[in-house]
Amino acid sequence: MIVIPDFSQDFFALFGLRRAYRIDAAQLDQAYHEMQGRVHPDRHAHLPETERRLSMQWATQVNEAYRTLKKPLLRAHYLLRLAGAETDHENNTAMSPAFLMEQMEWREAVAEARAAGEHHELEKLMQRLERHGGEILAEVERSLDAKKDYEMAADAVRRLMFIEKLEHEIQDALEALESQD
Amino acid sequence: MSAAPHQHRLAVGIDLGTTNSIVATVRNGIAVVLQDEVGRSLLPSIVRYKADGGVDVGYAAQGTQASDPRNTIVSAKRFMGRGLKDVSHIESMPYDFLDAEGMVRLRTVAGVKSPVEVSAEILKSLRIRAEASLGGELVGAVITVPAYFDDAQRQATKDAAKLAGLNVLRLLNEPTAAAIAYGLDNAAEGVYAVFDLGGGTFDISILKLSRGVFEVLATNGDATLGGDDFDQRVYCWILDDAKIRFPSIEDTRRLLLKAREAKEMLTSHDVAPIHVGLGTGEQVDLTLKIDTFADITRTLISKTLGPARKALRDAGLTVNDVKGVVMVGGATRMPQVQRAVAEYFKQEPLTNLDPEKVVALGAAMQANVLAGNRAGADDWLLLDVIPLSLGMETMGGLTEKVIPRNSTIPIAKAQEFTTFKDGQTAMSFHVVQGERELVSDCRSLAKFELRGIPPMVAGAARIRVTFQVDADGLLAVSAREMTSGVEASIMVKPSYGLTDGEIAGMLKESIDHVGDDVQARNLREQQVEAERLVEAVEAALAADGRLLRASERADIDEEIASLKMRIAGSDHRAIKAGIDSLNAATQDFAARRMDQGIKRALTGQKIVEFKI
Repeated sequence: MIVIPDFSQDFFALFGLRRAYRIDAAQLDQAYHEMQGRVHPDRHAHLPETERRLSMQWATQVNEAYRTLKKPLLRAHYLLRLAGAETDHENNTAMSPAFLMEQMEWREAVAEARAAGEHHELEKLMQRLERHGGEILAEVERSLDAKKDYEMAADAVRRLMFIEKLEHEIQDALEALESQD
Repeated sequence: MSAAPHQHRLAVGIDLGTTNSIVATVRNGIAVVLQDEVGRSLLPSIVRYKADGGVDVGYAAQGTQASDPRNTIVSAKRFMGRGLKDVSHIESMPYDFLDAEGMVRLRTVAGVKSPVEVSAEILKSLRIRAEASLGGELVGAVITVPAYFDDAQRQATKDAAKLAGLNVLRLLNEPTAAAIAYGLDNAAEGVYAVFDLGGGTFDISILKLSRGVFEVLATNGDATLGGDDFDQRVYCWILDDAKIRFPSIEDTRRLLLKAREAKEMLTSHDVAPIHVGLGTGEQVDLTLKIDTFADITRTLISKTLGPARKALRDAGLTVNDVKGVVMVGGATRMPQVQRAVAEYFKQEPLTNLDPEKVVALGAAMQANVLAGNRAGADDWLLLDVIPLSLGMETMGGLTEKVIPRNSTIPIAKAQEFTTFKDGQTAMSFHVVQGERELVSDCRSLAKFELRGIPPMVAGAARIRVTFQVDADGLLAVSAREMTSGVEASIMVKPSYGLTDGEIAGMLKESIDHVGDDVQARNLREQQVEAERLVEAVEAALAADGRLLRASERADIDEEIASLKMRIAGSDHRAIKAGIDSLNAATQDFAARRMDQGIKRALTGQKIVEFKI
C-alpha cells in the first residue's frame, strides 16, 4: 500500500520541516529520498498504466518541492510567496544607484578578465562573488527568520538575482576560455 | 509487495551498443550475462539482410562485412533518430542511404530499412536468446542508452525495442546502469564519476551514492565520440603510410577491421603488425607502434576532458570531491585513455569490473526490481537527470529554456505565452533541445499548433505550455488556452535532425559563441519589438485613421517607413531609437483613440503596450 504524500500542504510541511529560511539540509535530503523511495516511477513500473502515470505525477511534484527548498534563492522566494510578499521581480527594477553601480563594476571586471583570457582572475572574481552572495543570504536569513521583515528580505532577494546572473556570466566565460585551450 | 520466489518474473537488461550488444538477467539474486548456445557473451551489433529475405545477426553477419558491405549494417546506433544530413563521414560509408522524414533509411537487397528496424533485429535476437535461456516469456526489459542521447534518439531506441516485441520497463542511462552494478557490488558511498567511452558515444556522469540512493548530479558527453573514431584514425594512418588513394568499399571495410585489430592488440603490446591483401592484389604490410598510435589519437582523448570538466562544474564539485572513477566501455581498455583519466582525476581509475559487461549487469539489476521482484536488499533508489536543456522557439527565432539540463526527472514545467495579434485563433509551437540561444543552433524535436483559440485582443489569451519529462527521459508537451480550455498536446517525436557534429558540439558552441549570441539576440529582440509596433500602428491607422489630420498622418507614416528601413539593417541601437520615435509620434493618436472609448485600448497605455 502506498502512502500518497499530501500535496495540499506547503513544501516545508510536505518534508516535515519547520517553515523557515534556515533548514537542515541533511534532513531535507533524507526526507526527499524517503518520499521518492515511495512515489518514484521505478517503484511502480510493474503496475498498470494508471498507477504508473500517477506515480510520475507524484514524483514530479516531489522533485519540484525539493528543488524549491534546496536552492537558497528559490527557498527565499517561496517563503516570501507563502508570506504573501511577492518579490515582484518582473516589474520592480528600482534598485539603489549604488548597487547598480557596483553591478556595472563587476560586469566590467568579468568582461576584462574574459577578454584578457585571465582564467585565474575569473576564478577569483567568482570566489569574491560567492562570498558576497553568502553575505546577502545571511541578510535574507536574518530578515526572514528573525525580523520577519519581508520587504527587506525581498530587496535582498532581488539583489541576489543580479548576483546569480553574474555568476552565470562568469561560468560562461570560464567555459569559453577552457574550450579555447 | 515482493513476489514469492516461484513467482519470479522474467526480466532482462539489454546494453544495445554501437559495436556489441549484451543481455543480462538476475538469477538467484545474482546478475549474470546470458550467453548464446556456444557460450559467447557478446552479440556483435551487426545485421545482414539477404536476398531471400533472411536476416543474419551478430557473428553470423560479421563475416560478410567486407564481402557484402552494402547489406551488412554495422554501428546502426549512430543513425538512430538522425536524418541523412546528420550522419558524419557518410561519404566513406558503404550504405545506400535514403533521406526520409525524421530518420535516415538504408536501401538493402531486402528492401528499405530504418535504423530502428536494424536495431530491432539485434534486440529480437537477444530477446530470443534470453527466452531460450530463461525458459519463458519476458515480462519486460530495461534498455540502456547513452546518457547524452537526446529525445529523438531515446524515442527511436524505445521504438526499436517495441518492434522487437519487448515491453520496455525503462530506458536507463548507460553510466547510471554501470554505477548501480559497481555501487551495489562494492557498497560504495560518496561521489563517483562514471567515464563511459563506448564504440560510438562518450558519456561522463557524476553521481552521489548514499545509503542505497544513486543520485546523478550532472552528466555530459559527446554523442559522436567512441572507439570507432580511433579505428578511423588508424585507418587514415594506413592509407597515408601505404599510399592508398581510392580504396573500394570492400577494401575500406577490410582496412577498418584491421585497424580495429591493431588498436585492440596495442592494449597489451607495444607494436601491432598490419597485414592486409587488398582487392586490387596489393599487399599492405605495416607495423603500428604504440607511440604512433598515441600520437594520432591524442586529440580524441582530449575531447573527453572538456565534458568531464563541465559535468563537474554543473555538479558544483571539483576533482578533489571524486572518490572513484568507474571505467565503462571497451574503449576504456586503451592504456592512453586510462592514463589521461588518471591524470585528470588525480587517481587511478577503477577497472576491476569488465567494462563491456557492467552496463548490461546494472540494467539487469534494475530490470529485476522494476519487474516487481524486489527483495529486501533491493531497496535502492535511482534519481537521474536530462542531459540537454529543453525549450521553445519564441519570437525571432530565439530559444526560451523551459527545463534546464541536469534537472532531476521526472520533471514538469509550465510556461505561459500569449497571442500578439488581435483576433489570433491559432498558435504554433516549436520544441527544441540544446544549450544555444538561437533555435537554428538547437535540435528541433517537434512542431505543433494550438487551434480554436477564441478571437481576443492581442495579449488577452493565456496559453499555458507544459513540458513533462518522464522517468525514461522522454518529453511530452501540451498546450492549453486557459480562458477557454482549448487544448492541444503532443508526445514529442523527432521531426528532423541536426548534424552529428552539431549534437556533439552543441554545448561547446554555446560557450564559444556567447558573444555572438548576445549580439544576435539584441538585434532579434529589437527587430521583433519593432515589427510588432509597426503592425500595431498600421492596424490602428486602418481602424481609426480618421482621427488624424493629414499632417499628423504624414508624420506617422514617415516614422513607420523609417523604422521599417532600420528593421532591415543590423544596428539594434538604431532600431531601438526608431521604436522610441514612432512611439512618441503616436502618443496623441493613442490618447484620442482611448478618448473615443475604443474597447480594445487599455486605459493609460500607449499603442505599443496593448499588443504583447
